[in-house]
Amino acid sequence: MPKAKRPKIAVWKFASCDGCQLSLLDCEDELLAVAGAVDIAYFLEASRAVVKGPYDISLVEGSITTPHDAERIQEVRRVSTFLITIGACATAGGIQALRNFKDVKEFISIVYAKPEYISTLDKSTPIADHVKVDFELRGCPVNKYQLIEVINAFLNRRKPNVPTYSVCVECKRRGTPCVMVARGTPCLGPVTQAGCGAICPAYHRGCYGCFGPKETPNTVSLSAWWRKLGVNDHDLVRAFRGFNAYAEPFRKESERYEQR
Amino acid sequence: MSKDRTIKVDYLARVEGEGALYVKVRGNTVTDVKLKIFEPPRFFEAFLRGRSFSEAPDITARICGICPIAYQMSACHAMEDACGVAVDGQLRALRRLIYCGEWIESHVLHVAMLHAPDFLGYESAIHMAKDYPDLVQQALKLKKAGNEIVAFLGGREIHPINVRVGGFYKVPTKNELRELVPNLQWARDAAYELVRWTGSLEFPDFEQGYEFVALRHPDEYPFNEGRLVSSKGLDIAIREYEEHFIEEHVEHSNALHSVIKGRGNYFVGPLARYNLNFDKLPRLVQKAAKEAGLGPVCKNPFQSIIVRAVETLYACEEALRIINQYEMPEKPFVEVHPRAGVGCGCTEAPRGILYHRYRIDDQGTILDAKIVPPTSQNLKTIESDLRHFVPNNISLSKDQLTWKCEQAIRNYDPCISCATHFLKLEIERE
Repeated sequence: MPKAKRPKIAVWKFASCDGCQLSLLDCEDELLAVAGAVDIAYFLEASRAVVKGPYDISLVEGSITTPHDAERIQEVRRVSTFLITIGACATAGGIQALRNFKDVKEFISIVYAKPEYISTLDKSTPIADHVKVDFELRGCPVNKYQLIEVINAFLNRRKPNVPTYSVCVECKRRGTPCVMVARGTPCLGPVTQAGCGAICPAYHRGCYGCFGPKETPNTVSLSAWWRKLGVNDHDLVRAFRGFNAYAEPFRKESERYEQR
Repeated sequence: MSKDRTIKVDYLARVEGEGALYVKVRGNTVTDVKLKIFEPPRFFEAFLRGRSFSEAPDITARICGICPIAYQMSACHAMEDACGVAVDGQLRALRRLIYCGEWIESHVLHVAMLHAPDFLGYESAIHMAKDYPDLVQQALKLKKAGNEIVAFLGGREIHPINVRVGGFYKVPTKNELRELVPNLQWARDAAYELVRWTGSLEFPDFEQGYEFVALRHPDEYPFNEGRLVSSKGLDIAIREYEEHFIEEHVEHSNALHSVIKGRGNYFVGPLARYNLNFDKLPRLVQKAAKEAGLGPVCKNPFQSIIVRAVETLYACEEALRIINQYEMPEKPFVEVHPRAGVGCGCTEAPRGILYHRYRIDDQGTILDAKIVPPTSQNLKTIESDLRHFVPNNISLSKDQLTWKCEQAIRNYDPCISCATHFLKLEIERE
């Protein structure tokens, strides 16, 4: 009897810190099982062996920041049945999207002595701005269990069980007293998508929004609460301009306080 | 056959980030070596301007998903230096503990998953696992023991959330911390076996007259503090870094290349730390190194795999020592009030010294920032190694020579995500 063909998975990197793809290698208990169930066909961080496409699933980490990468992502889309973006860089442009609010030429000259050697775009943009994306997994970094769930769901042609409610729900479930109410600590939890497991409040600090905006976030109301806790406009801008600064709800909220 | 050859690898694998290598050979002479780094630039030093001093640890952590603790530590120390605050006692010990976790996680990832396959002739650890299941499974479990420390103290393995300027947001009780002990005791034994195993590998005879640079501290193997010393007599305070080291911008690279003024390239990382601090290792760790065939000085970069295993053993030992003497501090952090000034921090990332310098105003707003990651300090030495390594191996087939060059690069565990703030291999035989 012919052996069932194992699905081929590829892992691609654009502008990023490597942390989200490292999440796969951090699945110490699951890695060999995953490697047994699928054919890891292209994963340069882990292997020099390259199996030719097309690929059943492509995991894409990082944002588009160079003319070369803007072309490369088109090629990745062409060779992939499902394209899944992983992490804040790929889904929102990442921390490097802070350039989107400034003049990139000035940025280049701050970091590099010879700006003429550097080829870069004005903006850092999410993958979905360039190609059709089949699923976006949030987080800076992604939660490795959510990552395995998404791979599993796509292999079995079902919808991934990745909730879009806020971090608050996870705090309640974890039994963490609200840091805004109990400690007066400003927290982005009410407008941030769950998935991390509400780690920050459990360590007595406010959420800093690394999973990006939840579905229908009421950022205006949260900002009003922050102001009551004594946060000024300047700090509000900084709070919304973090690892998901270019995600629309956070971007708009930050612009509101910049103008005043 | 033409006497000129080019060997190229478009995307170097089993390194963190993206780069390429280009080597041009005429007869037996290497005429050009270029490590091309095309990891896209992300401009951290630029967008740190205008951010708060308290945000630097979380923002700079995002330079590298493999060594976020190193970035958080160098950033915290630099800010505390600027504000005139010293963090000591149990908070200082907890910083060493979380750093131990990162060394274990990062070193074991490199030793077993990224570098070992080169020595045994496999494309990856996953391919290797079919013939060496116990080795790979044991390494994964050891790596996990390191990640457990980071996740316990830091909240998660990658980009931990519990580190702040002045200390931590929350510190564990004595009993909570003791829960790490059983796995760490297992890890110490596993690390000892890993040292022995790496010692059994075959190494090419290769060394150069390197200048090793690392931190050195009077009382301990270095993590967060000390003086910057070298095997050629450098001995300076961290604050004097920029008087002695400069960064050059070269055309083929999005990473800056560091050199020591007047002397050129130098070597940072586990080999440098080991050579300059062997006397600070506990006797058990020295003994393990000796059993694996190392003397107090090791100049063969291919043997860095043994040294990484030795440092993994040290990190397990040190973690257990810290947990043993732990008493919960009264406050999880020291208050740090911003004041206008300049602060420098340099700590030992798994890949070597990581330097941060910030200028802040009296509100704590960052006015400018400079970050020098370990890999950009090693780039010139990697290129120099290849210049010398290729002629000795010129008789190999193109595929084999290419693989050997990749291995020589991986000796440095290069982190290209860091260096851009780096590999594709191209060897051209003319």
